[in-house]
Amino acid sequence: MTPSTNTLDPHAHPHPTGLQHHFADMEQQADASKIGMWLFLVTEVLLFGGLFVGFALMQGRHHEAFLAAHHHLDRSLGILNTVVLLTSSWTMVMAVHSAQQGERKRLIVYLALTLVFACAFLGVKYLEYSHKFHEGLLPGKYYSHRGDTVPGQFMFFSFYFMMTGLHGLHIVAGMAAISWVLRRAMRGDFSGAYYTPVEIVGLYWHLVDMIWIYLFPLLYLIG
Amino acid sequence: MNTQAHAKHPTPRVYALVLLALLLLTAMTVSASGVDFGSPGVNVVIALLIASLKACLVALFFMHLRYDKPINAVIFSTGLVFLALFLIFCLIDFESREAVVPENLKTPGAVVAGGEAAAK
Repeated sequence: MTPSTNTLDPHAHPHPTGLQHHFADMEQQADASKIGMWLFLVTEVLLFGGLFVGFALMQGRHHEAFLAAHHHLDRSLGILNTVVLLTSSWTMVMAVHSAQQGERKRLIVYLALTLVFACAFLGVKYLEYSHKFHEGLLPGKYYSHRGDTVPGQFMFFSFYFMMTGLHGLHIVAGMAAISWVLRRAMRGDFSGAYYTPVEIVGLYWHLVDMIWIYLFPLLYLIG
Repeated sequence: MNTQAHAKHPTPRVYALVLLALLLLTAMTVSASGVDFGSPGVNVVIALLIASLKACLVALFFMHLRYDKPINAVIFSTGLVFLALFLIFCLIDFESREAVVPENLKTPGAVVAGGEAAAK
């Protein structure tokens, strides 16, 4: 425990805003929340891990099919989405920083910007998906693309849709979480002394970004 | 300056530099994927190394692991260790049972038949 907890004087503020009764002080409460979030993030890593392991096994075995299939993806859209998501991670961390400094207006602006980038990401994803639906580049037995020279390309698209689909769901969930934090920020719930929800949602958003950091080269660049 | 305990967080300048590094690494991985290193395996290794470098930057700076109490880093690393075990044991298993997997992908016709059979 660091001595900086003394900045919350229990006599001046017997119930600091946001401190629940079963925690000794703000630091303990914030630490408990963060440990809980990291444990949850580990379960998320293992959830996606199953798909990554499956991808690794099948890519290793059917390398030519995966290589041929990945040429159907639009690389420049993938790059665009990577830039969008990395930038959204930056706006998110700036939101956390603003919350820390107690700057409510900047916190609101950065959270809103993060939401805008998230929408842009989903918009690009929509373009990509509709192109693939149109071409019949669909998972498993729904694959109906004509003129393939290498068989087995449907497998790549099974992984593509499961991985980017699950990731997309996480983006939507992240947007819901950011909207919730944004609403609370506008209501004035946060201060330099209490901003744990912003930080926790930030951790989630960065994990979603981190998963995309792996998805992008595996799906778009090397197949 | 602020009252939530873990006060030692990086400055906006550090965050901006990390974003810049992430974008540069993205450019690097894109250009590296176009280079022929002789074996496709080398491209995979390079892409994964760059991705891991990016993930480390995100975890250490954006997710504050470098500045937080070590317990969070311990939890996350433990998760990654188990993911590695998951991957390694699956690979060992998969690579050592060649004959069991039906080679049903020789022709496009066989793929459709195999897919139908599996679906039923």
